[in-house]
Amino acid sequence: MIAIIDYGMGNLRSVEKGLEKVGVQVKVTSEPEIISKARGIVLPGVGAFAKCLNNLKKRGLISLLKNLIFSNKPFLGICLGFQLLFEESEENGLTKGLGIIKGKVVRLPSFVKVPHMGWNQIKVIKKIPIFTDIPNSSFFYFAHSYYGKTQSDKVVAAKTQYGIEFPSSVCQDNLIGVQFHPEKSSYFGLKLLENFGRMCR
Amino acid sequence: MLAKRIIPCLDVDKGRVVKGVKFVELKDAGDPVGLAFFYDQEGADEIVFLDITASAEKRGTMVEVAWKTAEKVFIPYTVGGGIRTIQDIRKLLKAGADKISLNTAAVKNPLLVKKAAQRFGRQSIVVAIDAKKRGFQKWEVYINGGRTPTGIDAVEWAKKVESLGAGEILLTSMDRDGTRDGYDIPLTRAVTKEINLPVIASGGAGKLEHFLEVIIEAAADALLAASLFHYGELKIKDVKDYLKKENIPVRD
Repeated sequence: MIAIIDYGMGNLRSVEKGLEKVGVQVKVTSEPEIISKARGIVLPGVGAFAKCLNNLKKRGLISLLKNLIFSNKPFLGICLGFQLLFEESEENGLTKGLGIIKGKVVRLPSFVKVPHMGWNQIKVIKKIPIFTDIPNSSFFYFAHSYYGKTQSDKVVAAKTQYGIEFPSSVCQDNLIGVQFHPEKSSYFGLKLLENFGRMCR
Repeated sequence: MLAKRIIPCLDVDKGRVVKGVKFVELKDAGDPVGLAFFYDQEGADEIVFLDITASAEKRGTMVEVAWKTAEKVFIPYTVGGGIRTIQDIRKLLKAGADKISLNTAAVKNPLLVKKAAQRFGRQSIVVAIDAKKRGFQKWEVYINGGRTPTGIDAVEWAKKVESLGAGEILLTSMDRDGTRDGYDIPLTRAVTKEINLPVIASGGAGKLEHFLEVIIEAAADALLAASLFHYGELKIKDVKDYLKKENIPVRD
């Protein structure tokens, strides 16, 4: 079973249905016991950074999530659920994040239309298992105004071009973050979720 | 490269698609979920459901549509029509919609746009603008499904909703809607020039060249069409193949 963390933010139902579609057993939950037992964790998230972080805090989930990440359990952060893993975000003033990925969440440049909305390509940098059977330059669905700027290039698993080139996926041991929405990215998005499901077996 | 999006729009009345899709061999051509699934398979980049239900008490049906769509459709979808409160928005997003679109309610209560963007993120808040020509480079905003003029200038309104926190503009030309004469280039350009948000052009698509022209001449980010696709005159793939040949980035 994979746990989708429910902390009152974002489109959990789409992630749940996407994983179910590819045959993965999922549980949408905020129960520490269930989360601890899961074979993999998905942290989704839509909305504002500070509010998301506060909601995690209120539910007492921060140290649990950190422990699970350090325990080597497969962990997938999606969109804001990915951004929360950074040290800090400049969205609406500076807010501290979980600090697991070294770097900062910053605004997309103002010479492009913001939000970055729609289907864009990813350039796969690291052929990690989650990108199995996903060709380079495949399109994924993005909807965001900020992006995670990593301190080191070494953790970047995929990049995307939008005015600048930004990390659209990060891989750090068992932790994977994606800025796009696999649950909304049709065939290759579902493939990515299927790959994640396989990693959790 | 960010792809230009092709978006079919489904008009839904009391939970059923109207102006139904004529060509599809579906068991039930009035089922919004089945049609959305069909368009996902056809290569649509997004779906817009527009609720045209007149009676307020029957409007709850859209939440159910959004809910069922999430089980089958794995591309983004937007729900618009009759949305008035933060509660309405919350229910639709929770059911699985990616975005909601505000039109009349945004004009009557601009603060709703701001509150909704703060609460749900600006990427999930679309403002739909129905505009009608009112002289040289002037367009007026209409509400209540195009029945009520507001006296508001469409370009000024687009700028205002951008500052309030809208994440996207769905811009419909009332002059072109249903004509098949092509998208309204001057209107679309007037809006894309003034704001820094993605703009979906709507109203008037009749042939392949229309899609290209509104991208090249008016910098539209996405193109919406309804009957053209529903009647099978053009397939989504025809539009994408054509745009690709013209060097416009589209998702294969």
